[in-house]
Amino acid sequence: MARKRILAIASGGGHFVQLLRLRPAWDGHDVTYATVHAASAVDVAPAPLLTFRDVSRADWWRLPLTLWDALRILAKVRPQVIVTTGALPPLVVLTLARGLGIRTLWVDSIANSEVLSGSGRHAGKVATAVVTQWPQLAEPGVDHWGSVL
Amino acid sequence: MAAARRTRCRSLGERAVNGVFVSVGSMMPFDRLVQAMDEWAAAHPDVPVEIQIGRGKYEPRHAKYVRMMPVVEYRQRVADARLFVAHAGMGSIISAIEAGKPLLMLARLQAQGEHNTDHQLATAASIGARPGLHVAGDVADLKARATVLLADAGAPPAPISRFADPKFTDRIRAFIEAA
Repeated sequence: MARKRILAIASGGGHFVQLLRLRPAWDGHDVTYATVHAASAVDVAPAPLLTFRDVSRADWWRLPLTLWDALRILAKVRPQVIVTTGALPPLVVLTLARGLGIRTLWVDSIANSEVLSGSGRHAGKVATAVVTQWPQLAEPGVDHWGSVL
Repeated sequence: MAAARRTRCRSLGERAVNGVFVSVGSMMPFDRLVQAMDEWAAAHPDVPVEIQIGRGKYEPRHAKYVRMMPVVEYRQRVADARLFVAHAGMGSIISAIEAGKPLLMLARLQAQGEHNTDHQLATAASIGARPGLHVAGDVADLKARATVLLADAGAPPAPISRFADPKFTDRIRAFIEAA
């Protein structure tokens, strides 16, 4: 299997904790991580870690900063595949990746057990694949492959 | 003497072992949780209480507090505590399970401006049923349960392996390696 360039990206807190639990999925490939806290580098070393400025629906006016960071990360990593566990900034990255022939996977947070997250809903329009961690949320176009717990 | 425990918010200093560690996570303020546990600390002056308050307005007067901490230190504090009290976020839940520590949760509510949706209620209901994880209904319930759990925490959360089930990560690998 040829080594691929992988971007594993997630916002802070629980999103990043969930991403770390998926690490065996890209063992043996060239992975770069991206998140909001530079201190998370200790969790992924020796793999490189890039940071981006966070944004949420509450501070939407910061979106241009996140957009710039997303472009910077894509230019630097030139990923062939992107895997994310959310939330809004990685959705921006997936949106930009759509036109670049990059395979993208959105793993909706396990926190969303009753409805798919708002970002996950949007991810359905731009990602190659969207999966939920709850079997009851599976629907056409949203598969259930398992969960981080 | 509660005032003697007051600290300004630079660092929590020496790690307290066997106390209560409280965390609101890194994303949004959660003053309702911080104030409740500060009041609990006032009522239990012999128990070390450390609170990570994030960007909240309320600054604890009885418990030690810090706004943010590196993830490594956060994990260490969870490991050292006798009881972990936190918002119903996946970061706190997974950290508690990985450390084998009892977790007492209070869900953030959209109506109080604590989160942008009410999904923490669903998280608490769906995942909080595991042994070792406890969900408080409101602030009064939180304080009462903290007292009970500190005296007898019951069974810790069942240990889990470091990574997700291989069946799940193998499917992601197949996605990565396709095409």
